[in-house]
Amino acid sequence: MGLVLLCVIWLITFVSTYFFIAKTWWFPHGASAATAALDHQFAVTFVLMGIIFVAAQLALGLFVWKYSGQSSSSRADYSHGNLKLEIIWTTLTAILFVGLNLMGSPIWAAERFRPAVDGATRVEVTGMQFAWYFRYPGPDGKFGIARPELEDPSAGGEAALGLDPADPASKDDVVTGIMEVPVNREVEVILRAHDVIHSFFVPSMRFKQDAVPGLAIHMHFTPTETGDFEIACAELCGLGHYKMHGILKVVSQDDFDKWLAAREAEKQ
Amino acid sequence: MVAQESHQHAAPQGFIRKWVFSLDHKVIGLQYYFLALTAVFVGMFLSLLMRIHLIWPTAILPLLGEIKPETYLSLVTMHGTIMVFFVLTTAPQGGFGNYFLPIQIGAPDMAFPVLNMLSFWTTFVAYVVMLAAFFVVGGAPLHGWTGYAPLSALQSSGPGEGLGADLWIISIAVFCVASLMGALNFITTTLDMRAKGMSMWRMPLTCWSWFITAILGLLAFGVLLSAGILLLMDRNIGTSFFLPLGTINGQMTGHKGGSPLLWQHLFWFFGHPEVYIAILPGMGVASQVLSTFSRKPIFGYKAMVYAMLSIGLLGFMVWGHHMFMSGMSPYSAFAFSIMTMAIGVPSAIKTFNWLGTLHKGRIRFQSPMLFAIGFVSLFVSGGLSGPFLAQPALDIPLHDTAFVPGHFHLIMGVAAIFGIFAATYYWFPKMFGRMMNEKLARIHFFLTLIGTYCVFMPMHYLGLAGQPRRYSQLTELQYLHPLIGLNTFMTYAAIVTVAAQLIFVSNLFWSMFKGPKASDNPWEATTLEWTTATPPPHDNFGGRTPVVHNGPYEYSVPGAPRDYVMQTDPATVAAH
Repeated sequence: MGLVLLCVIWLITFVSTYFFIAKTWWFPHGASAATAALDHQFAVTFVLMGIIFVAAQLALGLFVWKYSGQSSSSRADYSHGNLKLEIIWTTLTAILFVGLNLMGSPIWAAERFRPAVDGATRVEVTGMQFAWYFRYPGPDGKFGIARPELEDPSAGGEAALGLDPADPASKDDVVTGIMEVPVNREVEVILRAHDVIHSFFVPSMRFKQDAVPGLAIHMHFTPTETGDFEIACAELCGLGHYKMHGILKVVSQDDFDKWLAAREAEKQ
Repeated sequence: MVAQESHQHAAPQGFIRKWVFSLDHKVIGLQYYFLALTAVFVGMFLSLLMRIHLIWPTAILPLLGEIKPETYLSLVTMHGTIMVFFVLTTAPQGGFGNYFLPIQIGAPDMAFPVLNMLSFWTTFVAYVVMLAAFFVVGGAPLHGWTGYAPLSALQSSGPGEGLGADLWIISIAVFCVASLMGALNFITTTLDMRAKGMSMWRMPLTCWSWFITAILGLLAFGVLLSAGILLLMDRNIGTSFFLPLGTINGQMTGHKGGSPLLWQHLFWFFGHPEVYIAILPGMGVASQVLSTFSRKPIFGYKAMVYAMLSIGLLGFMVWGHHMFMSGMSPYSAFAFSIMTMAIGVPSAIKTFNWLGTLHKGRIRFQSPMLFAIGFVSLFVSGGLSGPFLAQPALDIPLHDTAFVPGHFHLIMGVAAIFGIFAATYYWFPKMFGRMMNEKLARIHFFLTLIGTYCVFMPMHYLGLAGQPRRYSQLTELQYLHPLIGLNTFMTYAAIVTVAAQLIFVSNLFWSMFKGPKASDNPWEATTLEWTTATPPPHDNFGGRTPVVHNGPYEYSVPGAPRDYVMQTDPATVAAH
């Protein structure tokens, strides 16, 4: 029985580890400035945890095989433990876990502690059951007033967000169903939700943040490659949660300027 | 002591007083256990439907018809809620804790037998109310077991958010009351009812785990109870604790000024300790079983106790690690993160000590031991994904993906269930006076171990690839399409694993009536439950009061006549 257990535990360990190392299923290709640091921190954590995982499982398998008592007539080792060993592994794991935490902290700080740079592309992202709306401030650079009582989701676009037509700052705001941004320039995202909590998740940008009713959450990321990237909703928001998706279109600065100018012209 | 006298109730005669409204902690323990047994099958069935729907979204099921997206989400909600509350909280603590805490510390009953009966029947009411949510108009709620507001706080946010959601909240609130009564009873019993010689440091680690779990329950369930009442008020009488100004489908909700994050703080202040409420008793049982079947004293008994105490203490300071993406202050993530990483330390101590217990043992591979070994393996696997999720930076890609359910299912789901299985196989002879079938137990063990790894390990891969949780279909997002193959494999693994549980129940009920008769101490174990008759008499020790001379894990003592020394054996083993 000891040998069977050893085989099963080791097999589970090797197969599980193989698919991690082979990267059969892995992060999607990263196309943002945050990718390198985040993926590196993941890799470091993965290697360290992987070593402990394999070592602990192998030891477990080995021990149950080696110390299976059926064949032995002598008694087990009478020992209540070993204080020195306890102190050693307590200290080592404390250093490991706290160290890992400190290593990852600068990445978190870079993503979350500073506001977006001046000159970032500003996009207000609003989640509503079950769609994402993207608002650009228009030529005046200001987001106009939106009034919940004016919201009309069936009308789509500006009306869905309840933009107040009486406010001049609202008038030139552009609301779109896809999110277009220029490459290699920071994007400032202002996240809002009108009904329930949603979560703005762009796997290729290594970006995620909940959109919470009552809050305007300012975040930033920098796309580094052009292309179309899928946006998902990552926080359970109701029956259409699984189909609340969108497209992030990263284009050159020129293409972005042309696109935005065309959208603004449509408003006139 | 008052507590000592109140248990002095005579053995009841009638069926109702003996088996229904019983004051006997052993009967109440069995009642909890069988309640959990029905709940685990309901919860497991729901998860099977989820897995089937995920890969065959348009399948028409016999009797149930087509599963709609909202039905899928109510399956998600009810699976999580039933498993967490009515299985993982109920079976290890209410079931085994009730049955064996008094016996293991040498007490004739719990400190407050009437309170004990009330706490079971209150749990039962909560269970019935929870199940009723399936059958009301709109069905069961779709807001997930975490019930995040505003989704859970507005009747109009989706199907199931009407009466179904109210019943869900009421059930949980009632469950909280039951758990508070239970927790008080466990704490008092542990502190006041120990037999002569049973110092705290001689208690089996199972008793320590139930004791610490009870303290966690006492501090955590009160908060959830309050939060639930506030949520009910938001839903039904127009308050706005969790609701800011907002709309649903263009309609004003009529609320303003509340905070959705407040619900998350209150919920997780309960929710994280709850994770330890589920797993601590499993740790206790694993320690007890590993020591018994390795024929070795537990490695580092005091370290094990201190580790559980620090897990319990730290468990109250880490709730924010569920909220790194929630919009709370990013600075607080630092504190929550470092505290969470710190929990890794006592968890690692426990793992090392379990391995240390096996080392140079004389292992007997009976069914309880198989599940205890499985517990260690799963605890390691599920535990090591924790330090990924504990880092706020890594939560950016991983939060709310399948990586999270992969993590918590391995550790607080399957590992805790393995603890329950180990306890069942270990104590079955004492509870029913018969042995379970070993051959069936082995088949059950290997199918379950391999099956659950096949279901839950791939969830980590899916999470890396970005598959979000709680998606009823994977067809809408292009990047999820390549993941459907792996999901299909997991569904087949789930079907096999569920089928393997039928072997377990068959073995359980068959052995209850037809199994070979058990002796009083079939495992040659040392703790007090093995000194009394099988099954134990009404007052546990048949009029005797046990006197304790030794620690709980004196195996292979040099010079002793047998390879185990009972706790009651007066030939005292030198203190260590």
